[in-house]
Amino acid sequence: MSTTDTSGTTENDRKADEAAGAQLSTAPTEDRSETVVGGPTLGIVGWVRWFWRQLTSMRVALILLFLLSLGAVPGSLIPQTSADELKVADFKKAHETLTPLYEKLQLFDVYSSAWFSAIYILLFVSLIGCIVPRSWQFVGQLRSRPPGAPRRLDRLPAYTTWRTEAGPEQVREAALTLLKGRRFRAHTADDAVAAEKGYLREAGNLAFHVALIVMLVAFAWGQLFKSEGGKLIVEGDGFSNTLTQYDDFKSGSQFGTEELEPFSFTLDSFNGTYEKSGPQRGTPRTFEAAVSYSQGGADKKAVIRVNEPLKVGDSKVYLIAHGYAPVVTVKDGRGKVVFHGAVPLLPIDNNITSTGAIKVMDGYRDKNGKKEQLGFQAFFVPTFAGAGKGTMFSQFPALDFPVMALTGFHGDLRVNSGLPQNVYQLDKSKMTQFTDPHGNKLAQRMLPGETMTLPGGAGSITFEKEIKEWASFQISQQPGNGLALAGAVAAIVGLTGSLFIQRRRVWVRAVRGEDGVTVVEMAGLGRSESARLPEELGDLAVALTAEAPPAPQADPQADPEADPEAVPEPAEDPAEDPAPSGEAYK
Amino acid sequence: MILAATTDESLARMSDLLIYSSMAVYTLAFFAHIAEWVLGSRSKVGRTAAALTARAGAATSAVTVQVKKAGGTAVLEKPQVVTRAAAGSRDVPDGPGAAGGTVKGDLYGRIAVSLTVLAFAVEASGVVTRALAVQRAPWGNMYEFSTTFSTVAVGAYLGFLVAKKNVRWIGLPLVTTVLLDLGMATTWLKTPSDQLVPALDSYWLWIHVSTAIFCGAVFYLGAVATLLYLFRDSYENKLATGGNPGAFARSVMERLPSAASLDKFSYRVNAAVFPLWTFTIIAGAIWAGDAWGRYWGWDAKEVWSFITWVGYAAYLHARATAGWKGRKAAYIALIAFGCFLFNYYGVNIFVSSKHSYAGV
Ligand code: HEM
Repeated sequence: MSTTDTSGTTENDRKADEAAGAQLSTAPTEDRSETVVGGPTLGIVGWVRWFWRQLTSMRVALILLFLLSLGAVPGSLIPQTSADELKVADFKKAHETLTPLYEKLQLFDVYSSAWFSAIYILLFVSLIGCIVPRSWQFVGQLRSRPPGAPRRLDRLPAYTTWRTEAGPEQVREAALTLLKGRRFRAHTADDAVAAEKGYLREAGNLAFHVALIVMLVAFAWGQLFKSEGGKLIVEGDGFSNTLTQYDDFKSGSQFGTEELEPFSFTLDSFNGTYEKSGPQRGTPRTFEAAVSYSQGGADKKAVIRVNEPLKVGDSKVYLIAHGYAPVVTVKDGRGKVVFHGAVPLLPIDNNITSTGAIKVMDGYRDKNGKKEQLGFQAFFVPTFAGAGKGTMFSQFPALDFPVMALTGFHGDLRVNSGLPQNVYQLDKSKMTQFTDPHGNKLAQRMLPGETMTLPGGAGSITFEKEIKEWASFQISQQPGNGLALAGAVAAIVGLTGSLFIQRRRVWVRAVRGEDGVTVVEMAGLGRSESARLPEELGDLAVALTAEAPPAPQADPQADPEADPEAVPEPAEDPAEDPAPSGEAYK
Repeated sequence: MILAATTDESLARMSDLLIYSSMAVYTLAFFAHIAEWVLGSRSKVGRTAAALTARAGAATSAVTVQVKKAGGTAVLEKPQVVTRAAAGSRDVPDGPGAAGGTVKGDLYGRIAVSLTVLAFAVEASGVVTRALAVQRAPWGNMYEFSTTFSTVAVGAYLGFLVAKKNVRWIGLPLVTTVLLDLGMATTWLKTPSDQLVPALDSYWLWIHVSTAIFCGAVFYLGAVATLLYLFRDSYENKLATGGNPGAFARSVMERLPSAASLDKFSYRVNAAVFPLWTFTIIAGAIWAGDAWGRYWGWDAKEVWSFITWVGYAAYLHARATAGWKGRKAAYIALIAFGCFLFNYYGVNIFVSSKHSYAGV
């Protein structure tokens, strides 16, 4: 900043320089007339225009980018409803004073909050307001020719000159051919050839910014039209993709149920393997769900893994969780089977200690022939620590030593009470626990194949040797993924072009000097300083000297072999050298 | 993709041994660098001040570059390309490097670089043996990330040296942080070699995590350059306004490249890595789409990589915005790198995220 010195620059020189350097990018010019702020003369239209110019300026875009990143922070530190509702509930319980404030600020839903939306909508309005004029400007640049040479080429970032016996027209002709051959856009204007290259930089930059908008639109589209549901399936059971079959289901506001992809699948088997030894014993290694699915036609087989969802049409089926479903048989007092089936239990820890409920809703009669319902609370471990080890929790996730503990109840399960009921829990308000003849509550730890007899001839429950596994799936349909991906690819390609391609201009001036020898001057201008620009200019110069070989130096003082580190003579200072271009290099 | 293979304990032990050995060699490289800086200080300094005062008021300041001669004999004289700094920027020569132009300093500098090459080779084999021991990409936990991370950072530095870039000044800060990184990895983040949980078992791991580590390592080099730019820039400002910096500052700063060179280096590095970082995030989103059924869920790790991305985008914008170039842009770059670091250490350790796995 200390060496800026314009005292030697004539107004004309400066204008020529500015014209030559102008439009090397389509970046908006910075608004220098800040004095308008608060100006009473503005009127409504003036204010709107002022506001719009502010909004689409680089400075405001920068501030909005800042706000966007700043605004994203709280969502990563405070539990979010969209990610984990349970955690939000815990947080609310633990922080009673903060909660109302947080709720008012929408801090539990940062990414859909009004203020976060405001930031990114403003940013995207700014982006559009920026892209549209830039695109027009770019089209204009493509249709016009590179600007003519500035009067003083030696003031440009890269410069070279030599004298040649070839005539000026000949040199310009050669330069034009050379530059066009290197895919510059070039033309001759007055005494110089003007050339420009690297338009793809601007194209890439515009493509990148447009791609950001495409991605946002795809994201919004996906949110509006998506659907997502969960389903737990025991080995051997199936699922068909209709609303009623889901355990839970949510969808975007524009989603219609008729858009559900028609297909069905059956879980043939689930297979999980776990680390058997070492410090990470018990860590899952593989989860695989083998399924048969059909989409109208014949059954097809597939394996769904954690990272490999099944794709059916627009839908994807993800493997989300798994657990055990012991098979039990319940008989009434007369020995009649009233329940037989696999009962999925929910894991409560990493070693798949599981709990759940077995509900016998109808068909059961007690020993007096009275209709009643039965309920059992089940506590299941796939690998039991062993009797007397003091723990009922599972030691390993695989079925190495399965044990189930049951407690039995009879009475009214209240499934018809009209209240939604959790299938994994018993409502014991109208149930009585079975007790043995000594009055102790009935509870029994059972191995596969064992039977617990209910007291007083109330029947029995058998823990069958067969233990099934269940897997839960998430079935999602999210349109716009393809568009988002296309946007992402375009963004990367555009960005790469924008950051790696240099847009630059080269001018070649050839004029006859006073002694009749042609003076060739070449200069290059890039949007930013680059080591490659002088190099390229040097290459071009060397190539051009084939057609315009250097003539012997007329002035022995201007020695081209001078020490490259040498500090230039002050004579080069334009302040002391008012001569027009060319003359200084005689 | 079935990982039935168990870890090979002896290979795993060998990997640990190699990592410890590389730490020993890096320590030697560290001392050699210190020797270079200490012995190099006896040289004459003051080029910056000379350049700044000699040129004050002179509008034309130029470095002359000899252009390669064309192969033919016909060309008698080759054109010289004269380059000029952009208007408004200081044109100051780069410092001579840590050795300060002294033979002894340079000798130690060369020893330091040779030791760094050796340490790099040892550390890289440590990472490779770890991968062989566990039969998967060695990026399943923070210990493995950290070791790979420093290997890649040193590799990138050596790559710049091979490409004859002026980067030897990074040597000391780099080796210092590599030692810190490995020290932390081996004491606090040490995780026994083991297999991956199924959620991590995907070819996207190779793509997403390798590019993430590479981006981090190169962003790191950019951040070092940015930080040194800030110091060097204040130093030059002080000189330009007639201030008199202390002897220590003078000794160190004189030997660094000029502020303009440091700034250009950090810009190039950050700009070159930014598209790859963009790709890393998108690859991560595609992987999340396969593993968790949604490609973007504002999970803590996702949020912070987004923040890092927006930070670097802001930096690139700042450099194209009048009034934000230079120091302000540099601060933004440092904040962006801070976000990257927080995403790595902070989110893994303090914030619960879907991305927490396998011990730390
Ligand atoms: C979502 C927000 C945005 C992101 C992530 C973004 C990102 C980027 C990136 C990475 C570059 C490349 C910088 C370079 O060439 O060195 C760039 C350049 C540019 N951006 Fe943005 N941008 C955003 C919004 C905007 C907005 C709102 C404007 C309008 C004022 C804008 C105007 C520009 C211009 C003019 C350039 C070219 C600057 C140059 O040629 O150096 N951008 N942007």
